[in-house]
Amino acid sequence: MADLRIDLAGIKSPNPFWLASAPPTNSGYQVQRAFEAGWGGAVWKTLGEPILNVSSRFAAVSFNGQRVAGFNNIELITDRPLEINLNEILETKKRFPNHAIIASLMVEPQQEKWHEIVKKVEAVGVDGLELNFGCPHGMAERGMGSASGQVPELVEKQTYWVKEVARTPVIVKLTPNITDITMTAEAAVRGGADAVSMINTINSLAGVDLDTWNTVPHVGGKGAHGGYCGPAVKPIALNMVAECARNPLVNVPISGIGGISNWQDAAEFMLMGATGVQVCTAAMHHGFSIVEDMIDGLNNYLDDKGIASVMDLVGQSVQRYSNWGDLDLNYNIVAQINNDVCINCNKCHIACEDTSHQCIDLYTESGRPMLKVREQDCVGCNLCAIVCPVDGAISMIEKKSTIPPMTWNERQSLISNFTR
Amino acid sequence: MSSQLERNFVEMTGRMTKNEAMEEANRCLYCYDAPCITACPTSIQIPNFIKKIASSNMKGSALTIMDANPIGASCARVCPTEILCEGACVLNSSTKPIKIGQLQRYATDWAMETDVELFKKGEPNGYKVAIVGSGPAGLSAARELSRFGYSVTIFEAEAKAGGLNTYGIVSFRLPNEVADWEVAQVEKLGVEIKTNTRVGVDISAEDILTQYDSVIVAVGMGSVPNLGIEGEELEGVHDAIEFVKRTKMGVLTEDLIGKRVAVIGAGNTAIDGATCAVRLGAEQVDILYRRTEKEMTAYQYEYEFAKQDGVGFKWLTAPKRIIGDEAGKVTGLECVKMKLGEAGADGRQRPEAIEGSEFIIEVDAVIKAIGQTRFVPLIEAFGLQHTNGVVDIDETTMQTSNAKVFACGDVVFGNGQGEAMVVTAAQQGKNAANIIHERFKKQSGNA
Ligand SMILES: Cc1cc2nc3c(=O)[nH]c(=O)nc-3n(C[C@H](O)[C@H](O)[C@H](O)COP(=O)(O)OP(=O)(O)OC[C@H]3O[C@@H](n4cnc5c(N)ncnc54)[C@H](O)[C@@H]3O)c2cc1C
Ligand SMILES: Cc1cc2nc3c(=O)[nH]c(=O)nc-3n(C[C@H](O)[C@H](O)[C@H](O)COP(=O)(O)O)c2cc1C
Ligand code: SF4
Ligand code: SF4
Ligand code: SF4
Repeated sequence: MADLRIDLAGIKSPNPFWLASAPPTNSGYQVQRAFEAGWGGAVWKTLGEPILNVSSRFAAVSFNGQRVAGFNNIELITDRPLEINLNEILETKKRFPNHAIIASLMVEPQQEKWHEIVKKVEAVGVDGLELNFGCPHGMAERGMGSASGQVPELVEKQTYWVKEVARTPVIVKLTPNITDITMTAEAAVRGGADAVSMINTINSLAGVDLDTWNTVPHVGGKGAHGGYCGPAVKPIALNMVAECARNPLVNVPISGIGGISNWQDAAEFMLMGATGVQVCTAAMHHGFSIVEDMIDGLNNYLDDKGIASVMDLVGQSVQRYSNWGDLDLNYNIVAQINNDVCINCNKCHIACEDTSHQCIDLYTESGRPMLKVREQDCVGCNLCAIVCPVDGAISMIEKKSTIPPMTWNERQSLISNFTR
Repeated sequence: MSSQLERNFVEMTGRMTKNEAMEEANRCLYCYDAPCITACPTSIQIPNFIKKIASSNMKGSALTIMDANPIGASCARVCPTEILCEGACVLNSSTKPIKIGQLQRYATDWAMETDVELFKKGEPNGYKVAIVGSGPAGLSAARELSRFGYSVTIFEAEAKAGGLNTYGIVSFRLPNEVADWEVAQVEKLGVEIKTNTRVGVDISAEDILTQYDSVIVAVGMGSVPNLGIEGEELEGVHDAIEFVKRTKMGVLTEDLIGKRVAVIGAGNTAIDGATCAVRLGAEQVDILYRRTEKEMTAYQYEYEFAKQDGVGFKWLTAPKRIIGDEAGKVTGLECVKMKLGEAGADGRQRPEAIEGSEFIIEVDAVIKAIGQTRFVPLIEAFGLQHTNGVVDIDETTMQTSNAKVFACGDVVFGNGQGEAMVVTAAQQGKNAANIIHERFKKQSGNA
C-alpha cells in the first residue's frame, strides 16, 4: 500500500484527489458526503457576494454517443449567504479534521474586500485559500474572475493583498482564456502565491439547436458564452500545467485541474508537475463514489511500479517536456502492420493515402487482402495507428538512425557558425 | 483418446478481447444503487469492477469481484446471468444489457494469469473451524474465515477439492483450471484441505464436533436416485453426475460414438448429461421428461444450448422399463405417454400415465438425471434436524439445530428453501463465516 498523502504548499490531505470549486462543493452536506466517499480535499464553491443564478445552466457535448465528452456551464459563484457557508465549513472541518478544505474566493479588486473575506474564512479554520481569477462569464463582466485573471498586474496585485493578511497557504487559480498562461502564473508568484491551480473553464458555446436556432443552453431564448470543462479539455489543461511546471519563474506547487476523470489522468498530471489534482465534471457525471477507483487504481499503479509515495511521481516527466527546437530531427519511427490481427477495414490506408504520405499499399497474397507500409516513405506521423480500430494491428517502430542526433537549434547554430 | 473428443470439451465461449472489454466497460452507466448489484446473490459491486476495467485498474477490478465472491471466476462462467445481474441491468429497457459475466471473466482471467496475491490471511485468533466439503459453499466460508484469522480445516471426500465445480459442471463451460485456481487461492491463505477424507468414514462426525470450535457442513447433495424401474443395473445406465464427472476427470471414452442415448429428466443436470453425450460422439441424444416444456426446470439458456447441440426433447414421456440383451447391455427403453392431470400439493399439475400408450425406443445408453439424493446418515451423524434430508437452518444465520454447526450450499437447498447455484452456495458460505466471526467477536468482547 503506497503512501497517497500529499503536501501541497503546506496543505496536507490523505490523498491527491480534491473536488474542485464547483457544484459538488456547494454545501457542507455535499462536502461531507464526498469525504465519506474518500475524497481527500475539497475546494469550496467560490465564496463572495452571493449572486443570482439563471436557470438552464449546463450543457454537454456528446461525442459519437459517449455522453459528456465536454461540459459547459453558465453558473456563477455561490448563491448562498456567506454566513451559512462559513458555518458549514466550520462544522465540516470539525467532522473531518484531516481532510483539506480550501476556501475559493472571489471579490471585487479592492484591497479591503480581499482582507475582509480572507479573515472571515480563516476564522472558521480553512486549510488554505484559492483565489478564483478564472470564472469566464458573468463575474468577468463585473470585473472579477477571468477579467482580472487575464491581466497579470491585477493577478499580482490582488494576490499581494491577500498575502498581506493570509495565514494559510494561498493558491491562485488561473484562467486558460489567455494566450500564455505562464504570464499570469508568474504574476501570481510575484504577488506571493504559495501555489497555483489550473485550469478554470474555457470560453465556450456548447451548440446551436437546429430546430429552434437557439443556443445550447439558452435562457428564455437568449444565450451567453459559458465555460468548458470535462474530458475534452484535459490535453489543454495538461499542457498548461506542464508549461508552468517547467518554467523556473513559476517555482511553486501546482494543483492540476481540467478533465481529470480517473486515476490515470491524475497520474499524468502529477508526472507533469501537479502536486495534486482537482475534479469537477467526472464527479458531476457519476457521483462521488468514482474516487474509490481513483484511490485504488493509483495505489495499485504505485505498488506495481514499486513507488512508496505518490509525492515521488510529482514532476517526473517535466524534464522531458521542452521546446520543439530541442527535439532530435534524426529520430525516426515508422509504422508496421501486423496482418494477423488486422481486420482489413482499410482505414489506415485511406488515412495515409488521402491525408498523409501515401505509403500504405494494399495487395493480395494467396487471395487474402493484405496491407504493407513502404517504410522508406513513412514519415512516422502516427495517423494510421491513431485511426486503426484494432489493438496491436499497427505498431510504430523505432528505426535506429545512422546519423547522430541533431536538434533544430543545434542545426541552426551549426549553420550560423559556418556562415560566420 | 481422440483429440477430436478433447476439443469437444474445451471451453466454448472465448474471452473478450481488450477492445471488446473496453467498449463494453465504457458502455456501463455506473448506475447509483445499481439493480445489477441487488440481483447478484453475492452483491458484487458490479459498476465498480466494470469502471476499474475501463481505467485499466485490473487488480482492483479482480479484487472487487473476488472480495465479494470467492468463487467469482467460476461464477463468471456458470451463473445464469440472464436471471441474475444481466437480467436486472437497466440497459435491458433501452439498448441491451451489459455483458457482466463476460467482463467478470475478463477481470478474473487477468488475476488467474498474473497470479497476483489478492488477499491475505488474518491475524490468527486461536479459533478452529472445521468445514465438511470443499465445494463453492465450503471454499467460500474457508476463504472468509481465514481472512478473519481462523485456523480452518476442510475435509473433502474426493481426491481433489472444488466440489461440483471440479467434478460436476461440464468442462466446456467451466474448465478445470478455473476451479483449481479458486481452490489454490484458498489454500494460499493457509487453509488446510484434507482430501480423500470422507467424514463419517475416515473421521467421525463426533470427532469433528469435539475437536473444533465451530463446524460448517457444506457437503452438497449425493448421487442421482434410482428410477425405481426394471433394468437399472444394466451396463449403459449412468448416473448423470457420475457421467459428467468422468469427462471432468479427462476420461473421454469412445464407446458412445455413433450411439443413441436417452436422458431421463429435464433439469440442468439432464442438459449437462445430454450435451456431454453429444460431445462424446453420440449420434442421437433425447431428453425424456414426464411433464412439458413449460414445467422443465432447466434454465432457458441451457435449454437453448441443448437444442443447438442437436439434443431432442420428448415431452410427456416417462420411462417404464430398461431393456437389455443377454450380455447385460442396454438395448432399449420402454416408455409410456403421460398427460397432465389435477394440480398436486405443490401447485403443479401431476403427470399421469396414459394407459396402453407404451412404446419402446432403441437406445444404447440411459442417463438418469432426476435430481440428487441427500446425505441423510451424515446429517444425522452430526445430530442435525432436517426435513427430507434438507438440513433445517435459520436462513439469516445458517445455524442448524446445533448452535455450533452451520450448514450452507446444496445441503440446505430444497423444500422451497434456496437455490442450487454456485453463487448462492458462495454467498451462504460467506454468511456462515460472518456469523461465526460476529459471535466470536461478541464472545471475546472486541466487537
Ligand atoms: C451437473 C451440474 C451442473 C450444474 N451447473 C450449474 C451451473 O451452470 N450454474 C450454477 O450456478 N450451478 C450449477 N450447478 C449447481 C452447483 O454446482 C451447486 O449448487 C453448487 O456446487 C453447490 O455447492 P456446495 O458447496 O453446496 O456443494 P458441492 O459443490 O456439491 O460440494 C460438496 C462437497 O462436499 C464433499 N462431500 C460430500 N460428502 C462428504 C463427506 N461425507 N465428507 C467430506 N466431504 C464430503 C463433496 O465431495 C463435494 O466436494 C450444477 C450442478 C450439477 C450437478
Ligand atoms: C457548473 C460549474 C461551476 C463552476 N463553478 C466554479 C466556481 O464557482 N469557482 C471556480 O473556481 N471554478 C468553478 N468551476 C470550474 C471548476 O472548478 C474546474 O476548474 C473546471 O470545471 C475544470 O475541471 P473538470 O474538467 O474536472 O470539470 C465550475 C465548473 C462547473 C462545471
Ligand atoms: S439535476 Fe436536479 S436540480 Fe438539476 S434539473 Fe435535474 S432535478 Fe433539477
Ligand atoms: S486500420 Fe488497422 S485494422 Fe484497419 S486495415 Fe489498417 S491495420 Fe488493418
Ligand atoms: S445496471 Fe447495467 S448499466 Fe447500470 S451499473 Fe449495472 S451493469 Fe452498469
